[in-house]
Amino acid sequence: MAGRVAGKVAFITGAARGQGRSHAIRLAEEGADIIAVDICRDYDTVGYPLASAADLAQTVKAVEALDRRIVAAQADVRDAAGLRAAVDDGVAQLGRLDIVSANAGILTIQPWDDVSPAVWQDTLDTNLTGVWNTMVVSVPHLVTAGGGSIICTSSTAGIKGLPYLAPYVAAKHGVVGIARTMANELAAHKIRVNTVHPTGVDTPMGSGLGGLEPLLTRDPNLGPIFMNTLPVEKVDPRDISNAVLFLASDEARYVTGLEFTVDAGNTIR
Amino acid sequence: MAGKLEGKVAFITGAARGQGRSHAIRLAAEGANIIAVDICAQIDSVAYPMATPDDLAETVKEVEALDRRIVANQADVRDEAALKAAFEAGVAELGPVDIVLANAGIAPMALGEEPHGAWQDVIDVNLTGVFNTVQIAVPSMIERGAGGAIVLTSSTAGINGIAGGTRGGYGYTASKHGVVGLMRSYANTLAPHRIRVNSVHPTGVNTPMVVNEVMQQFLASDPSLSNAMANALPVDLVEPVDISNAILWLVSDDARYVTGVTLPVDAGFTNKK
Repeated sequence: MAGRVAGKVAFITGAARGQGRSHAIRLAEEGADIIAVDICRDYDTVGYPLASAADLAQTVKAVEALDRRIVAAQADVRDAAGLRAAVDDGVAQLGRLDIVSANAGILTIQPWDDVSPAVWQDTLDTNLTGVWNTMVVSVPHLVTAGGGSIICTSSTAGIKGLPYLAPYVAAKHGVVGIARTMANELAAHKIRVNTVHPTGVDTPMGSGLGGLEPLLTRDPNLGPIFMNTLPVEKVDPRDISNAVLFLASDEARYVTGLEFTVDAGNTIR
Repeated sequence: MAGKLEGKVAFITGAARGQGRSHAIRLAAEGANIIAVDICAQIDSVAYPMATPDDLAETVKEVEALDRRIVANQADVRDEAALKAAFEAGVAELGPVDIVLANAGIAPMALGEEPHGAWQDVIDVNLTGVFNTVQIAVPSMIERGAGGAIVLTSSTAGINGIAGGTRGGYGYTASKHGVVGLMRSYANTLAPHRIRVNSVHPTGVNTPMVVNEVMQQFLASDPSLSNAMANALPVDLVEPVDISNAILWLVSDDARYVTGVTLPVDAGFTNKK
């Protein structure tokens, strides 16, 4: 049986591990070839280790084990030129581009008065400008292909004002703005643009949320903001990948401009 | 100094006490004359005592103490004919209406055996009652051609899904969400007539509808509910005048280009979700 995205090529940022790797595998399972990028380097401002070159190699191995092709490169979403080189090279090797998953992101936790200028800038540069750069370098290839689907990874923090995450919340709200605008501007090219909004996901970045506990102990009134409605604390990367797959596939051919929550009911509480 | 609403007439439902009385007094203090209605009777499914004719008389007294005129009548917002009669009696004495506050509402939540008819009653009063109120007032506003302002009282439960698992609670949340749909539709259809329509969304207000034994038991029954009911700003209940002040702004010319807005007056409640 042909896969749900058979014959398509997907460009995924932050693909070395976590949600990005999961998206690569899920889309490959359904027949897509993959262009994968990841910075594979730590940030001074981020408290948890970022992905490594070995992680990215593991994604390559997992996709190839599914008999799909993958072109992987180290690239920083903040560096539009480097990102363009990576996607252009991927398209040259794999022939086309249909799907874009703007997934790369970082997260730091601190009260507002501990947000350093560097944390603010790194978060906005990566989570917001990085999504913009990803679109800018990808869209010409989607236009050439005659259409496509862009899925931007936002967050419940793109809908709610989660405390102690101010730069992250600002960036993730900003992603919604870009997605809505681009959904309008690109519709004439049959390019769809949607956002996905995960609640906490069981990934190495998600472990960074551990820093919340002492802050919430100090101010328990804010705890319920982070609670899901369904009885699950963290969802799995594959739960987000299944949403990305749907939005990427032709099953969603008339779905655009949507805020797609995969949040165990977090935002309806 | 002239008030912000000098010479205007406001039609207010549920005006015998609580938020409705507060709105009447606040608007009168800014120069408006008032057409007040209230059911002044009990509805079977409602566990707390509802307003009485004495309450409505107190509203009349307080508005008159401000040297404003008020025409008050008992009328049930579910009874279109009675409501229309009350409205017309007011217009006959005070002149045409500029402002409509669809405020009357009930909260028939209770623990244990639920009162029969809670769902239907709360939909009839909180949603159909609002519809009746606007329908009755709007034709004369359009005919007069002087514009106007309508404010529908919704709730934080018109934005968030807070029901507490009771039939009355589901009905309350459904009715208050429904009010938002009405508000948005009226805002669109009435805009060409320069009639603005907005909704206010209070968190818990210090009124008899909220501050009574049954409601407090209901809120205390489920820790997740009481947790979810906590405001962001450090205040448990806001005062009726806090809602009246928001409404005063919405109905005044200060807000002349504000329409179709869901305005929370909720101490940060909905933003915290």
